[in-house]
Amino acid sequence: MKSDVMPGPATLPGADGGPDRPAPSGDGTDGPRHAPARRDRAARSRRRWGRWALVALLVVLSVPFVFPTWWMATSSLKPMSEILRAVPTLWPQDPSFAAYGEVFRLQPFAQQYWNSLYIAALVTVGTILVSSMAGYAFARIRFPGANALFLLVLVGLLVPSEVTIVPLFRMVNSLGLIDTHWPLVVIPILGAPSVLATFIMRQFFLGLPGELEEAGRMDGLGRWGIFWRIAFPLSRSAISAVAIFTFLKSWNLYLEPIVYLSSKDRFTLPQALTQYVDAYGGPMWNVQLAATTLTVLPVLAVFLVAQKQFVQGLAHSGLKG
Amino acid sequence: MASSALARRDAAVGYTMVAPAVLGALAFVVAPLVAVVWYSLHEWNVLANTFTFAGADNYERMLSDPGLRDSLLASLWFSIGLVVLNISLALLLAVLLNQRLPGTTTFRTFFFSPVVVSLVAWTIVWSFLLQADGGINGFLSLLGIEGPNWLRGETTAMISVIVVQVFKNVGLNMILFLAALQGVPEEVQEAARIDGAGAWRRFRSITLPLISPTLLLVSILTIVGSLEVFAQIAVLTGGGPGNSTTVLVYYLYQQAFRFNDFGYASAISVLLFVIVLVLTLVQWQTRKRWVFHEV
Repeated sequence: MKSDVMPGPATLPGADGGPDRPAPSGDGTDGPRHAPARRDRAARSRRRWGRWALVALLVVLSVPFVFPTWWMATSSLKPMSEILRAVPTLWPQDPSFAAYGEVFRLQPFAQQYWNSLYIAALVTVGTILVSSMAGYAFARIRFPGANALFLLVLVGLLVPSEVTIVPLFRMVNSLGLIDTHWPLVVIPILGAPSVLATFIMRQFFLGLPGELEEAGRMDGLGRWGIFWRIAFPLSRSAISAVAIFTFLKSWNLYLEPIVYLSSKDRFTLPQALTQYVDAYGGPMWNVQLAATTLTVLPVLAVFLVAQKQFVQGLAHSGLKG
Repeated sequence: MASSALARRDAAVGYTMVAPAVLGALAFVVAPLVAVVWYSLHEWNVLANTFTFAGADNYERMLSDPGLRDSLLASLWFSIGLVVLNISLALLLAVLLNQRLPGTTTFRTFFFSPVVVSLVAWTIVWSFLLQADGGINGFLSLLGIEGPNWLRGETTAMISVIVVQVFKNVGLNMILFLAALQGVPEEVQEAARIDGAGAWRRFRSITLPLISPTLLLVSILTIVGSLEVFAQIAVLTGGGPGNSTTVLVYYLYQQAFRFNDFGYASAISVLLFVIVLVLTLVQWQTRKRWVFHEV
């Protein structure tokens, strides 16, 4: 095997002639001119195998991330008997949309869908307004007490909303706003959940070049004008990060809705999803999975279309080192 | 004269702009925080409509409450498991996706997709997969393994809750790590490679120190987040079996909104706040030791 790559005898004496030359490693009887190319090729093929091994690892790792969604969507098309079969079927044998009809028959699901959507939209827009104004003022405007006020706002980062749920519940109750959407809209916009947004916006505005504001001032803009016409439009990447965080947080809210809401037509989606149970409290899997599919697929579709901006928005949220 | 008028006008705008955030913080963070401490010193039953000063009674009750001890333990296990698994998996995925490999964008989308799936929806799907005759055991049976009833065993229930949560949110940490990794200068890596540093050595001595600010931030967010877990518990296990997955927030919810014991629930809230505060401050204080450069 060695022979076909062996260099000609003419070069051999040189190779084993020098006694001071350290013994070549491996099958290193090769001539010195050939060795690098061969080692290179070996290394490259090893690297190629390494790359495919990594890709295989990624494929295996992605199963628990992708499979549940697949399983959810396909199972929602199966009848209960097929869902409970001992050996699972990857694809429904006789796909049927019957469960989807049940979703809307058993609960005011469209109304609940709308509730979640409009609450998340209001919270997102409100949080962007409040946090960008506060972030801008804390970053760019000098006024007495600014640091103290900023510290006061930052306390919200240390207070998980669960800590204050009892007093907030009492506050909402005494205002007569139980079983309304007010607490789900107002508290997230003004309270602890928006503090991270204010922090991100402030970090962003700190890095804004001062010359832009000077130019705005030259053009006769006041502070509000500078904020609205210059700073705010420039903060698109930070705003999109805040928007994503905020929307997802509101969309996922569970503790607050179950504490504040009691009528089915005021429920939000996460709450509604847990209500598909039969007379004995057992889950009606196909109906529940159909409802779950209806809540997941639209969001997933939007994400797949906009995923580049989405991921970049998060990566550039000022959270990186 | 003109400049002081400008400064005054500036200050007025500044106060106006921060007003919603500051008033919001006062009304919905600071005031409730003070209130919850005040409530915690009271015997308060909502149904009976009694509210009497009780001093430290609620805190004394905590000391001898086995339910609270269980929930602290459950929270501890959950946090440890979640943080270790989440951060190491997020780092592994970020490092893998930072290589020049085919299809990294697709894989990134895969790993990130559960983040956009609503939490309760994700949890419901997993509870479907994890039930005794569910998908996971179905596939295990194909391999000739009889799987346990995941959500009904004390150990497997906790493991299930952790794993479901890790797959849900690890994509977010992965993205933050990926952004940090892409900020590590290629030349430094190259120089170390020429000096003969292996891949692991380069990761430990160069990459890790350079991304340590992100590591700090991500671990703070993950630890604090792990203490707030509620929906997953409520949907997956309802705190059971026994009290094995009744984490602190779930216990707090039960005391307040199931047993209507607002005073005791307030005392638990104060405990939760103190734990979050201490953890955050400790991590922040130790940042100098393990954070290579400041943000």
